[in-house]
Amino acid sequence: MGMAVTHAIASGMGGMRAAGDLVARMQISRGMKIDAAKAYVAEKLKVSVSDLTDPIIMTEVREDLKLGLLHPHAGTPKCMEAKFNMAELLGIDINCVNRFKEAVSL
Amino acid sequence: MSKVVTRYGDGTPVEMSADDIRRDLEEGTEDAADRGNIPALTSEELDHLFDIFSSPHRFIGVEPGREVVLSYDGSPIKMLRAQVNVDRLQCLQIYEKLLGADTLEMGHMDYSFKPIKPIVTYEQPLMEQVLSVTTAPVFYGAMPNLGLYSQPDGPFPNPSELIPEGKIEAAMQSYEAAVEDAVRDIVYVSGAMHEAGADAVILDTVGAAGDADFLAGLKATAILKEKYPGICVELGMAGEFVLGMHGGLTWEGERLAGLYAHQQVKLAQKAGVTIFGPVCNTNTSESTPWNMARAITFMKACCEAADIPVHVNMGMGVGGMTVNDHPPLDVASRASKAMVEICRLDGL
Repeated sequence: MGMAVTHAIASGMGGMRAAGDLVARMQISRGMKIDAAKAYVAEKLKVSVSDLTDPIIMTEVREDLKLGLLHPHAGTPKCMEAKFNMAELLGIDINCVNRFKEAVSL
Repeated sequence: MSKVVTRYGDGTPVEMSADDIRRDLEEGTEDAADRGNIPALTSEELDHLFDIFSSPHRFIGVEPGREVVLSYDGSPIKMLRAQVNVDRLQCLQIYEKLLGADTLEMGHMDYSFKPIKPIVTYEQPLMEQVLSVTTAPVFYGAMPNLGLYSQPDGPFPNPSELIPEGKIEAAMQSYEAAVEDAVRDIVYVSGAMHEAGADAVILDTVGAAGDADFLAGLKATAILKEKYPGICVELGMAGEFVLGMHGGLTWEGERLAGLYAHQQVKLAQKAGVTIFGPVCNTNTSESTPWNMARAITFMKACCEAADIPVHVNMGMGVGGMTVNDHPPLDVASRASKAMVEICRLDGL
C-alpha cells in the first residue's frame, strides 16, 4: 500500500482529485502517449495542461461538466452517469457505457 | 558536502559521500549500457540524479506538469495482505477516493489466468458491480504463470525436472504445449472480463517462467486484439530480460530469449499491446543510486523505442525500488521522481 501512496503523491496525476482518470482514458482508448493525452483532455475541458493536476480547479471543472466528483453531492452525476458524460465529452468509447446502453435498450 | 543518507537495494540505510554517490551512478548506468548494448545516461542526466539523491528533504516529487498516469497490479491482494477486511469492490473505492488512483485494477486473490478460468462467471458480475460504483477506468489483471501448467500443478511434464536429467527435447516440448494451454486460458478469461465491461486487461508478470511465458502473452494479445479490436491490453513484464528457459522460441521471426525491455516493447506493440510495463530488477546488495541509474538506463531506452504508452514497473524490488513491502519514502519518492523526469515515460 505504501508503494501506491508514494507514487500517487510523488508523480501521479491525482486520479479523481484532478483529471488523472480522464488522461488515463485517452491512453486506454487511443493509446496516446502522456503529452498527447494531457493536451487532448485539456483542450476538451477548455483548461490548460497545468490545470489537469490541480484539485481545486478540476473539482470545479468536473462539477460543471458533470464528470464525477470525489465528494459528490446529491443529484450530481456519479459513476456510470459520469462515465456517460466522459464518453460524450472526450469522444471515446467506454466499454461499460456501451454495454449499459445495450442493456437498457438505449 | 556532508554525507548523504540513502539505502541499499534491500532498504538498509547507508551513509555515502558525494564521490561514492557519483561513482555508483556511473557504475549503475555503465552496467545497464553494457548488458543491454544501449546508451549510458548522459552527464547532465547523471547530474540530475545526483541532485535528486543529495536533496536533504525526506520526500520529493516531480516538477509540476511532469505528472504521469498510474496503473496497478494486484490492488485488492495488497489490501488483503495487510489484513484490511474489505471486499474487492470496497478496495477499489478506497483506491479511487482515498489513494488518488488514476486507474483501478480488480484482480483475483489467486492472481493467475488458469485458476480464474473455472470461476470467471463469478468474476464477471463483480466487475459489473465495480463498474457501476466507480468512475476511474477499471482494469482486470492476472498472470500467465506458466509454472501452473507443469506437473504436479498442471498436465505437462515439469521442465525443471527434465532439464537436470538431460531431457532437453522433452522439456522444450513441455514448454511448447504449456504455451498453447496458457493462451487459451488468457484469451478466455480476458475476453470474458472485456465482455463484462472492463476498461482494460492486464497481463501481469509476463515472462516469469521464461521465453515460453512471454510467447503466451504475445500470442494471447494478438488473438484478443483480433477478436476485440477496441480492447486495451496492458502487458507488464516479470524481469529485465527474457529468460531462455526454452531457448528456441520465436514470435514473428524474433527469438525471445535474452530480449531486454527496449526489444520487448517492439514485439509487444506489434502484437497489439496498448500499454507496456517494462521491468528492471533491483540488486539488493548495491546502493539505490546504483540501482536507479541502472534501471533508468534500461527504461529510457525502452521509452525511446516505444510508440505506445510505457508504464514502468516500480513496485517492490523493481525499477530501482527497494525490496520491501513498505518502501521507505525517502528513496521511493526519489526513485519515482527520477524515473519519470529522466525517462519521459507515460506512467508507472
